[in-house]
Amino acid sequence: MSSHTQKKSFGASVWDYITTVDHKKLAVMYLLAGTLFFAIAGFEALLMRIQLMKPNNDFISAGFFNELLTMHGTTMLFLAATPLLFAFMNMLVPLQIGARDVAFPFLNSLGFWLFFLGAVFLHLSFFMGGAPDAGWTSYASLSLYSPGHGIDFYVLGLQISGFGTLISGLNFIVTIITMRAPGMTFMRMPLFTWTALVSSALILFAFPPLTVGLVLMLFDRMFGGNFFDHTMGGNTVIWEHLFWIFGHPEVYILVLPAFGLFSEIIPTFSRKRLFGYSSMVFATILIGFLGFMVWAHHMFTTGLGPTANAIFAVATMAIAVPTGMKVFNWILTIWGGSIKVTTPMLYALGFIPSFVAGGVTGVMQASAPLDYQLHDSYFIVAHFHYVIVGGIVTALFGSAHFYWPIFFNRMLDEKLGKWTFWVFFIGFHLTFFVQHFLGLMGMPRRVFTYMEGQGWDQFNYISTVGAAMMGVGVVMMVINCLLSIKRPPAGRDPWGDGRTLEWAIPQPIPFYNFRQTPLVRGLDPYWIEKQEGNKEGMIYAEPLGDIHMPNNSALPFVISLGLFIAAFGALYSPLGVAEDSRTWAIPVLIIGLLITFGAMIVRSVKDDHGFHLHKEEILEIEEQLYGKGGKK
Amino acid sequence: MDYNTKFTPHTWPDHPEQATMEGKNKVVGFWIFLACEVVLFASLFATYLALKNKGPAGMEFSTQELFELPLAFAMTMLLLTSSLTSVYAIYHMRNFNFKAMQTWLAITLLLGLGFLCLEIYEFYHYVHLGFTFSQSAFSTAFYTLVGTHGAHVTLGLIWFTTLMIRNAKRGLNLYNAPKFFVAALYWHFIDVVWVFIFTVVYLMGVIG
Amino acid sequence: MMKGLKKWRLFSLLTVMMVFLSGCGEEYLSTLKPSGEVGKEQLNLLLLTTGIMTLVVVVVSVIYLLAFVKFRRSKVGENVIPKQVEGSHTLEIIWTVIPIILLLIIAVPVVTATYKFADVAAMDEVDENGNKTALTVNVTAKLYWWEFEYPNQGIITAQELVVPTGEKVYFNLKAADVKHSFWIPAIGGKMDTNVENVNKFYLVFDKESEGLKDGVFYGKCAELCGPSHALMDFKVKSLSPDAFDAWVTSMQETEGQTADKESSDLGEATFANSCLGCHAVSGSGSAPGMGPNLTTYGDRNRLAGFLDHTEEDLKAWIKDPAEFKPGNLMMNADGTAPIYGNLSDEEIQALATYIMGLSVEK
Repeated sequence: MSSHTQKKSFGASVWDYITTVDHKKLAVMYLLAGTLFFAIAGFEALLMRIQLMKPNNDFISAGFFNELLTMHGTTMLFLAATPLLFAFMNMLVPLQIGARDVAFPFLNSLGFWLFFLGAVFLHLSFFMGGAPDAGWTSYASLSLYSPGHGIDFYVLGLQISGFGTLISGLNFIVTIITMRAPGMTFMRMPLFTWTALVSSALILFAFPPLTVGLVLMLFDRMFGGNFFDHTMGGNTVIWEHLFWIFGHPEVYILVLPAFGLFSEIIPTFSRKRLFGYSSMVFATILIGFLGFMVWAHHMFTTGLGPTANAIFAVATMAIAVPTGMKVFNWILTIWGGSIKVTTPMLYALGFIPSFVAGGVTGVMQASAPLDYQLHDSYFIVAHFHYVIVGGIVTALFGSAHFYWPIFFNRMLDEKLGKWTFWVFFIGFHLTFFVQHFLGLMGMPRRVFTYMEGQGWDQFNYISTVGAAMMGVGVVMMVINCLLSIKRPPAGRDPWGDGRTLEWAIPQPIPFYNFRQTPLVRGLDPYWIEKQEGNKEGMIYAEPLGDIHMPNNSALPFVISLGLFIAAFGALYSPLGVAEDSRTWAIPVLIIGLLITFGAMIVRSVKDDHGFHLHKEEILEIEEQLYGKGGKK
Repeated sequence: MDYNTKFTPHTWPDHPEQATMEGKNKVVGFWIFLACEVVLFASLFATYLALKNKGPAGMEFSTQELFELPLAFAMTMLLLTSSLTSVYAIYHMRNFNFKAMQTWLAITLLLGLGFLCLEIYEFYHYVHLGFTFSQSAFSTAFYTLVGTHGAHVTLGLIWFTTLMIRNAKRGLNLYNAPKFFVAALYWHFIDVVWVFIFTVVYLMGVIG
Repeated sequence: MMKGLKKWRLFSLLTVMMVFLSGCGEEYLSTLKPSGEVGKEQLNLLLLTTGIMTLVVVVVSVIYLLAFVKFRRSKVGENVIPKQVEGSHTLEIIWTVIPIILLLIIAVPVVTATYKFADVAAMDEVDENGNKTALTVNVTAKLYWWEFEYPNQGIITAQELVVPTGEKVYFNLKAADVKHSFWIPAIGGKMDTNVENVNKFYLVFDKESEGLKDGVFYGKCAELCGPSHALMDFKVKSLSPDAFDAWVTSMQETEGQTADKESSDLGEATFANSCLGCHAVSGSGSAPGMGPNLTTYGDRNRLAGFLDHTEEDLKAWIKDPAEFKPGNLMMNADGTAPIYGNLSDEEIQALATYIMGLSVEK
């Protein structure tokens, strides 16, 4: 029932992780799964860069290259960046707002398993007749034309993992609305929690259009639907709209939490509260809002007409204003502070110029007539990698260093961390800076090769060298993480300048997070308590008493597994690619759905009241964790 | 207040669905889920409007010829009434009158079933005319939009049935009160979506 | 005074950028060395936005580095607790208003140019005889090749677009199978070819392509369209108006030209038996072909849009087209052999000689 017994067998630990509903364990699982897919997608990128290292290269074939570019994009966005950010959101949001868990611990686990099994399903395509090959955008005419099962893997895999993301997003919103500790008003929430809230709201409104788009695609491919078949009156531009109504907010879904992470790192290592907190909150909301108004800037060349193009061009430029506000507020946070250059801070340092460079090329592409030249060229490849690597990946790496002690009660090695930063950072600029020029020199994106004599050879070579450096950087990062197992416990507030509640909790964090719910007296509560000399780090809103906690459950895993099994049935059913159907397909589909719905009915019919942890048990757990009187 | 507390109509709280933290979370969460459903249906409506009356050259079906308002109106009335009866059910839930609640839920269920039967008849009729799912982009979009709503109705009926059976012996308590409330909320949402379908697909199809 | 200084600074920045940028790319391919009105205006926009945006990056980075250097803990002291500043309304307003002004400076030319480039009203203008005055080309993108039809001239060609210099050339763009995108980087921005509708835009060619390295501008497909997306190139020959008219006339004169199955030339006979079903050898008319029209093959610069234009390459291509352009439609559905079967070496040799000889310019 409770997870405080020590020394478990391996099987028991695995079972514990499969059934857990503890947001901290799920965060660790998100972190591991996200890293796995990050590594896979990074490897795919390296293969592509090797192929493009010299003209007329035949390292990989044209068809396989298209599979790689599709899976690289899809995996990085849906299966690497999203779960890695979810890892931080899962770990930090409840701690930052003083909650014992998220609002729906069961759904939290369900969200993870749906995401993970959907992702595994998508990746099995490599071994089962070919991965999707129509780009991560999977434009309808090409994806309907694409032979084999690749696109079916894309549709079904993303559908399942998309549900997971949606459920998690919903969970975070409710958690932040209802589970805040006394005194934790909205305008006292740490900025990361704010960005988690806005980003979750974006998930909520952006994923349904994707779900619909995928369903339409599924109907067209499997049930003889005609949404995108123009000979039957269909229209492929509908897919473009639905995809980008999702796809553009998706960028902000990822980048806002990254902003949030830097908004925690920068004040901590400047020893200064975030400059212009309220305008930062306002800018976050504004970016989220505008993010939904600009999707058609991905479609300037589709032929929507000058009025639509002009409106979307101007709307897109408008996003630069709140983003600029954020950048200047970060700079003013540093200004007048006391800056300690730790590894996380180094990443923050690298982030600002890189991200600004990515942002300004965004404004250039928002200029519709100019975008006619830039669209679908290597310029756009450079642009979004500057935003995603320069903005999101630096945030993830920096925060991994910053929050490692919260996750594992260990510090990462600072020296190795700084080396990693420089290798990765230089590699990143080497890879992508020259790609701006490749695009301007006429190189289209998504090409598996190019001829000699077009003036692209040198820059492509440089780009590949840079990519190799990034690869080395990632390996160094992973080694650093592994080495941390051997390091001594970090203890509470290891950076010494923690400001928010998560740093106030004694380490290792007990599964119920807070023995007593804290009382929050202002922005940066831990900083306030420290300044007033409160050794405890918190003041409490309640006396020590019984704690109500949720039960573990295997049902989320079973529900997700059912869908995972059913997806194979659907894929190989006679409805799909008729010549490649299997006789077992329909039974498997039915069995899978029965498992899922059966598990859902069990969940619905059984009462699950959770359990109460009594005062004595709490004291016993804490004695085990921290020794008598908190000294161990 | 605890799940195991036994209640009388006097001690039963005014808003039993929000009396526990879990209940409160569930209600807030469900409202947010409905916001997400709104976007889902908005996407389907947009797709339908883009593909309305679009088909292969020389297509013989159009909204004007196909749809019959009396049938759609009857379906609307059934669903609107069922929404009203679900309100009664929740009214009795708040009064701690389990029996009356179950009765009204049963009536809601029957009305919903009636709606579903009419919809199945309608689809059957269209398919019989040759307006199949694969006939044109218009037919695909029509069946997808209205069918998604129909699937929601079916899910709602299964949900109500499960709730009624699972709680038949338990009676009302603070653990299942939010479940009833949220199911009723879902039912209202389905109703609202249907009002839009009736207007956009049927009324605007025949008249506009 | 200050304003003048600022303008001057911006100008000098632009000049530096110009020198730097113009050092990049090949004249027949680079957006940085445009040879047409549309491309030139787009380059101007690029320089304007790059100038402003470089300014932004530089300003931000300088302030940032300055802050970083000035407020290091080693400088301010280990135990100093800085003043906890909440924010500043004045500053917030400043860094909201300045970006808005910068964006407005960009937005005005952007909106103007958006409407300008979309203005294709002249496509429908007619002279007193009811003939269209503007030159229109119907572009159809097909899996890995391009078809160019001149509806007003009644001629059709493929893979190599021929246009006159000094006038607006209007394009109707459409895809026959999956979505592609029509792009001639050195002339102007791209436009997608959709499957369900015709997109229209115009380009202007200022310079005759004669003097370029290969004598042609390079065209590209810019939308992922399958395995051979990277190889879906085409070439553009821009001629003086007179030369263009002459070309049109010689194309029109090929009316009725065909290959004879009974011909004593083995190449022509083989062509008639194996190729003519898809590839026409008459440039007159407007019937779309299953495969590229080969009337002007001998005048072209490349084989299949990207391979060397030699007899050797042509023979290898005929033998196994899929080796060079994976996924192309010259193969049987199962991909084992070309649809015309496996020809003998002798036939292939004769066929190559025949095809190389197809020309309207020689």
